[in-house]
Amino acid sequence: MTRFLKAAGYAVGLPAILLTAWWFGSANSTDPFWPPLSTIIETFPTTWTWDRIVADVFPSLARLGIGFGIAVVVGIVLGTAIGLSPTLRALSEPVLEFFRAVPPPVLVPIIALFAGYTGWLGKIITIALGCLWPILLNTVEGVRGLEPVLGDTARSYHLSRWRRLVFVVLPGASPRIFTGARQALSIGVILMVISELFGANRGLGAAIVQFQRSFAIPQMWTGVILLGLIGVLLAAVFKVVENRMLAWYLGQRQIERGE
Amino acid sequence: MSITTHLTSRLKADAPAAAPRDQAVALDLRAVQKTYDTPGRPQVEAIRHLDFSIRKGELVCVVGPSGAGKTTLLRSIAGLLDLTAGEVVLDGTVVTGPPQGMAVVFQEYGRSLFPWMTVRQNVELPLKEKGLDKAARREKVNRALEEVGLTEASEQHPWQLSGGMQQRVAIARAIAFEPTVLLMDEPFAAVDAQTRAELEDLVRSLWKHLGVTVLFVTHDIDEAVYLGERVIVLSNRPTVLMEDVNVDLPVERDQLTTRSHPRFGELRGHVYSLIQRAKRGDRPDAPMPGSHGATEA
Repeated sequence: MTRFLKAAGYAVGLPAILLTAWWFGSANSTDPFWPPLSTIIETFPTTWTWDRIVADVFPSLARLGIGFGIAVVVGIVLGTAIGLSPTLRALSEPVLEFFRAVPPPVLVPIIALFAGYTGWLGKIITIALGCLWPILLNTVEGVRGLEPVLGDTARSYHLSRWRRLVFVVLPGASPRIFTGARQALSIGVILMVISELFGANRGLGAAIVQFQRSFAIPQMWTGVILLGLIGVLLAAVFKVVENRMLAWYLGQRQIERGE
Repeated sequence: MSITTHLTSRLKADAPAAAPRDQAVALDLRAVQKTYDTPGRPQVEAIRHLDFSIRKGELVCVVGPSGAGKTTLLRSIAGLLDLTAGEVVLDGTVVTGPPQGMAVVFQEYGRSLFPWMTVRQNVELPLKEKGLDKAARREKVNRALEEVGLTEASEQHPWQLSGGMQQRVAIARAIAFEPTVLLMDEPFAAVDAQTRAELEDLVRSLWKHLGVTVLFVTHDIDEAVYLGERVIVLSNRPTVLMEDVNVDLPVERDQLTTRSHPRFGELRGHVYSLIQRAKRGDRPDAPMPGSHGATEA
């Protein structure tokens, strides 16, 4: 229990200090662009009403979820294929390096041309494409880095292709896949916002831009804070899933390091 | 507590005390040759010529100086490596890939077990491939785990166990597979001396009760003489057969009496001197000086 409190103290400590500094630093501010934190917090409940959350936040999160989900599936499937086949790897390596070097936000105008930017399609494509590369490349590395003795074991027990994939290759690559997915998630959140800055319709990012354009500055700040809170929440959910699925890996690593 | 006595009493009920020994050949190596020939790398002749056979139900040890191509030999027999010339025949069939009736226990126990599976799942996976139903798998897994004394650890993950116990899991997986030939590649090289002695006795008792043919590769002369009915001594690289030593020790062996048996000392000394000769480069196939490397297949 004391350990839990200690951990909670560490987790909350720095944010508390920063908020206090912000609170007192902005307390007597008359600058319209830097409203006092107290004003921002007062504005929060009136700005983010349930209706607004349903209309702006949920669609954004849904697009993030769909885009991220597509990237996970496509990244793992393609990454496994490339990781297992030297021919495919030789063929795709230069192309992958090229696409990895292109910053995902650059794709927004191009995607807008083909898929349009008022609907969901263009936004989902942007998020999925941005999230794809870290997952794909990490899956390739994870599959390639599989312990050779495990491969020999699978072969000498005649495990079928399918069983080798499901019971050996994918679990063996899963720590790297999770590393990729974690990177992809933060890229996804960024792209979720960026993809809404161009289109005129609703969404969390679009709402923030609209507040800014209509000089609703405290409301704009609440949007930024909400975005941060969503990021923290997503990271926590990711951690829970990872702890569950990689329990064997985390446990093994702990023992190898001597607790 | 002794796993061996426990095993004996249990197994007597449902199996004959000693499986019948057959004179038929289980594993036959015919003029096996292996040269590593990777483009861009120097050619390495690992095995020059090996010709020996193992009868059904035999326990044969292979020893050789370090670098004698023991692992190459084992991987060739296991069908994990293509031969340059010659053939390995298992139960009358030429080995071209990992053969059906063979199970391998690798040296790197920590890396041959699937860390994401429990002990039970590790042992069970090859049985799934055999198409056994759930009840049959369960029964075979339970029996194999009991035979190696790991019933209690069945729901743990391999990395939660000690090195010796991990190697027991690998052995359980191999015997649950019910191979006709069990290959073991220096399986106890990385465990401490006490555990090693226990595992040696486990191999002897499993071999006796299950009637499986065992080919045991080791660099340890004592271990080879203690375990084997025969000890095949390899030369230095490129490998040929130095001598096929028959171990005429009693079938019932135990760490204390067998190792202090005068015959054990003689055999050990004999194999030791063979290995020393092999290390110096003394080899039966060396009629001309400097013959390494350039010989044709």
